Amino acid sequence: MTPPQPDRAPRPGTSRASSGRYSFWRLLREGLTGQHGWSHAWAKAEPRAGYRVVIVGGGGHGLATAYYLATEYGIRDVAVVERGPIGLGNVGRNTTIIRSNYFLPDNIRFYEFSLKLWEGLERRLNFNAMVSQRGTLNLFHTEAQRDLMTRRANQMRLLGVDAEAVNRDEVRALVPLVDLDNGRFPVLGGFLQPRGGTVRHDAVAWGYARGASDAGVDIIEHCEVTGLRREGARITGVETTRGPIAAETVCLAVAGHSSVLAGMAGLTLPIESHVLQAFVTEGIKPVLDVVVTYGAGHFYVSQSDKGGLVFGGAIDGYNTYAQRGTLPMAEEVAASAVTLLPGLARLKILRQWGGVMDMTMDGSPIISRTPLAGLIFNGGWCYGGFKAIPAGGMTTAHLIARCEPHPVATHLDLARFADGRTRDERGTGPYPYLH
Amino acid sequence: MLRIDCPWCGTRDESEFRYRGDAGRVRPAPDAGLASFSAYVYERDNPRGWHLEWWLHVAGCRQLLKVLRHTQSHEIRWIGGPGETAPLPEDCAP
Repeated sequence: MTPPQPDRAPRPGTSRASSGRYSFWRLLREGLTGQHGWSHAWAKAEPRAGYRVVIVGGGGHGLATAYYLATEYGIRDVAVVERGPIGLGNVGRNTTIIRSNYFLPDNIRFYEFSLKLWEGLERRLNFNAMVSQRGTLNLFHTEAQRDLMTRRANQMRLLGVDAEAVNRDEVRALVPLVDLDNGRFPVLGGFLQPRGGTVRHDAVAWGYARGASDAGVDIIEHCEVTGLRREGARITGVETTRGPIAAETVCLAVAGHSSVLAGMAGLTLPIESHVLQAFVTEGIKPVLDVVVTYGAGHFYVSQSDKGGLVFGGAIDGYNTYAQRGTLPMAEEVAASAVTLLPGLARLKILRQWGGVMDMTMDGSPIISRTPLAGLIFNGGWCYGGFKAIPAGGMTTAHLIARCEPHPVATHLDLARFADGRTRDERGTGPYPYLH
Repeated sequence: MLRIDCPWCGTRDESEFRYRGDAGRVRPAPDAGLASFSAYVYERDNPRGWHLEWWLHVAGCRQLLKVLRHTQSHEIRWIGGPGETAPLPEDCAP
């Protein structure tokens, strides 16, 4: 990697119309003048022959990395290449939850950094991402589980993160729908992170794309990477369906297909690809104003602002690149849903998605240099990629620009596996299908 | 829903089985060194294509099966016991 350099001068012939600042006054003005003044939120760029940085993958992490490179680290000679249109991958098909209630101190610091960035994100992007800190409530059903959650909450509070114990009566008040007296798994209480919540996921992709594009980043859609150009132990660019693109640094941000892209450079990763499903019911009146997770199964639910209940469970559990879920897990998730919230049994499921996850060997993500010079890796997000988008983008941009890991992401390097520094939040060992 | 043709029990639904991961890995020799063992424990080929994998028939005969399955189409081409060698297609990673 080369040290940071002053950015190149504005490129001739690539003048792009900025989308302008969004405000109430602009809305009013456009409303009174026929709505003719709006331009596209981001520019559809054509690939050039070379860039300082090429980011492969126009998902949340790729777009956020490009945005922070341009606005925080002053590197504007950046392209994001995406196989399809942006916003149609996992960034637009998840359960939209943000939180930082982890147990391992390194992970708490990283996800708390992300939550703080979420808190200021809309002002910074001038884009309504509907960040809603409605609270994340984790329920427990046994005394042992209570002790474990108490330990986690204390760990969080020691690091300055909000966590509150909630008793049965408070759970009943917060979530009247919950069946507290289930015969097998009665709810004994819960822990609330009041600053957790949800964000409108599509708007996150659009907001970062607009911010990056306005800052000079080329967002190149329908451009699939078919190979990585390599000279010795250095990556020098990408081969794409729209021609080769040279780059001083290539960043892979293609979680789900990381092994496939890394394989183009001859690297084998500590990752398996698994499918994770998400479900949305028909829209109903407001019944649930916090995010609730079930302690006796893997299940999490919130209600979207449109009224649909958005929920998910565990990965299907075997290696797959098929972007569709299978029925046994759909049945298990539905069973968890009606056990915890019996009232849901009357609702119809409107939509279902399956997205491919990078499941790592310790359940924690990877933001790292690779054995190849000029190749930076962002991936291995397991279940947690969405909430980590701002921090993932900022820390990956830091790694690219400063040639050293961001202080909150030093523990996420690839070498941790060989060095015995795994961050195994669930303690299940190198079995990705169990994380 | 996968339908897995157990050599001992016949064709059963996937919900009777438990996935046990990549069956293509070979344990290095005891003196192969740390790097080889680290790769054996942590690295996976994770192919988008044919994948040889372990499935435990936990709600049936409790035998461990080797299954050759495609990770995009989910087609199962071969199933055998732990000691058997799968006829690997050309494009199979292991």
